[in-house]
Order: sequence, then C-alpha cells, then structure tokens
Amino acid sequence: MSDKLIACQGLSKAYGRKPALSGVDLEVGRGRIVGLLGPNGSGKTTLIKLLCGLIQPTAGTLAVDGLPIGPETKALISYLPDRMYFASWMRATDLFDLFRDFYRDFDYDKALAMCRSLGVEPRDRIKTMSKGTKEKVQLVLVMARKAQLYLLDEPIAGVDPAARDFILRTILTNYNEEGSVLISTHLIADIEKVLDEAVFLKEGKLVLHETVDNIREREGRSVDALFREIFRAQPMGDLEGGAF
Amino acid sequence: MEWKLSDDRPIWLQLSQQLARRILVGAYPPGSRLPSVRELAAEAGVNPNTMQRALAQLEQEGLAKADRTAGRLVTQDTSILDSARRAEAGVIVNQYFDAMAELGFSRREAVELLREEPQ
Repeated sequence: MSDKLIACQGLSKAYGRKPALSGVDLEVGRGRIVGLLGPNGSGKTTLIKLLCGLIQPTAGTLAVDGLPIGPETKALISYLPDRMYFASWMRATDLFDLFRDFYRDFDYDKALAMCRSLGVEPRDRIKTMSKGTKEKVQLVLVMARKAQLYLLDEPIAGVDPAARDFILRTILTNYNEEGSVLISTHLIADIEKVLDEAVFLKEGKLVLHETVDNIREREGRSVDALFREIFRAQPMGDLEGGAF
Repeated sequence: MEWKLSDDRPIWLQLSQQLARRILVGAYPPGSRLPSVRELAAEAGVNPNTMQRALAQLEQEGLAKADRTAGRLVTQDTSILDSARRAEAGVIVNQYFDAMAELGFSRREAVELLREEPQ
C-alpha cells in the first residue's frame, strides 16, 4: 500500500491532434477529498478516464497506489462516470447483484441502506426513475464499495440543490477513510466545504493544487471566488469600448 | 444551532469558533462528551479533516480535552470557561462599538445609550 494514491508525471493526452491534457504533474495522498475543478473542456473527464484505464496516455507516467494502471488498480477504484451506462429494464437490485459479482468490496446491505436514506425504491426499474433518482442509484453503486480511490465525475450536476446537499453528505459519511475521493465539478460553491484540496485545470494544464484552507487564508475569499477570477471569460476585443 | 460558514475565512476556524460558542452557551455542557468528528462533520456538511482541525483548536484553547478511551470531553475547569466567556463578550462589545461608530456615535455616547436603553 503506497501513501500516494495518485501519482502522475508529465501526463498528456491528445485526441488526434487536439490536446486534452498537457504535462500534468499531480500527487494525491490518502484520506483526502480533492476537488478537480475547471470549466467545460479543461480536461477533468480525460484525467479521470486515464486513471480508470479507459483511455491510454499519449505521454507521461501514471500510477495508482504505486501500481501501473491495470486490473489491480481497477479493483481499487470506484468510478462514477459522467453518464449512465445501465440497461433501462434493470432494477437497482439487479445492478447490486451485478456489482456484488464484479467487485469483492461491494457491500450489498450498505447499498440497500443507502437507498432507504436517499428515498430510492431499489425494486423500481431504471426506466421508470427520474434523472435525479438514476444519479442517486449510480452514487449508491459507487459509494457502497469499500474502495481506495473514488473517482466521481460530476456527481451533483443533474440534481436539485436540496438533493445536492444530500448527495454530498452521502459521500462524506460513506467513503473509506483510508482512501481518497476525487470529485470533478464546475459547481464549486456547492462542494467547497467538503474538500481538503482543490486542483484547478485550465485548457488541459494544472494551474493550481492547494488546500482549501490555504487558499482561503491567503486570498481572504472562497475557492469559488478565486475560480471565477482565474477562469473569467475574456470579453471579445471588438465589443470593448462601450459597444453595449 | 445552525452552522453558518462564510466565504472569507478558513472553514476550520469558523467551525472551532462555533463549537466554542456552543460550549459557552451550554449546548455542550461542562464535562459532557462531544459528538465524534464524523458526526459533527456530517452535521455541518464539511470534510472530516476540517472538523478534526477545528476540534484540535478547541483542545489547544483548553475548552475540550481528549478522553482516555475515545472522543473528547468538554472541560469542567470554570476558570477556562469564564475567561473564554469574557473573551467572547469582548468580541460582542467591540462589534457594538464598531456598529455605533459607523452610525456616528462616539464611544461615550454609545455607552450612554446602553444605559438608557433597558426597561
């Protein structure tokens, strides 16, 4: 067991000629909740997919718990994708059966208990569920595993603010304390207080990796406010000078 | 009591101040056991490491102490509680004077108004 759950050096990924991630150096320790923050198209999902082994890096090195990406690291990682990938005729309980077969660390009883507390009926079919309920089922599948590394790609994007709080609390009370959680989002204000560290990605480059406390102490403002400044869209040149 | 977190300061600092306030108003009475880090973190909706740091600060200030078995107990030392209460009162008094100064009252006028006001 390595004390660095994620270690990458010079990690780069290009899709064809289009770079998605360029020279990212990142280390994440144990017992941390880390926000992977950046606007759309900044490389958040690409980084998560590389960690999962769904895509291969163009350059650079990458290790999870000291191991190269492969079957061993997949067993350590619990991944919440940014889209639903289940057959709609299935019931939540069918998915739980599937996950119990696939992952040794999946806790079936915990999944049922989480459904109860999230107000999800596990015997319902996926196709009868609302978007928010489907997201909750996905979250249950991911958090009911006792994984080392949870990779959550936009876990709160599709639900209302009340459900967001509930989902964040579910993450807080269910993650494995020796493991770490990486949450990608652009909804920073909502998740700021659950984070230990913030990682800012901009156009595929890592521009900031620091603890939330340090950012607030130094800047005297929230991570959200800093984010808005760093990523403020530049107005177009020909609109300047009182075009409005 | 609700947890209120503002944007301008580190979260752990705000948590430890609000925990201290809860102790001083008797929400956590002297000698009682504080809820666990996990419980408090879930209640406030914050990261457990952040809550841990807030509780460590309380220990530093002497308001709580680690128990031999597990968890933390609120101090029973009345001198620590009294001086913490006085410090907290000083903060409230200063807030009052600052707000009155903004309205254009001198310190003496502000004191005078306080004398008149009750009843």
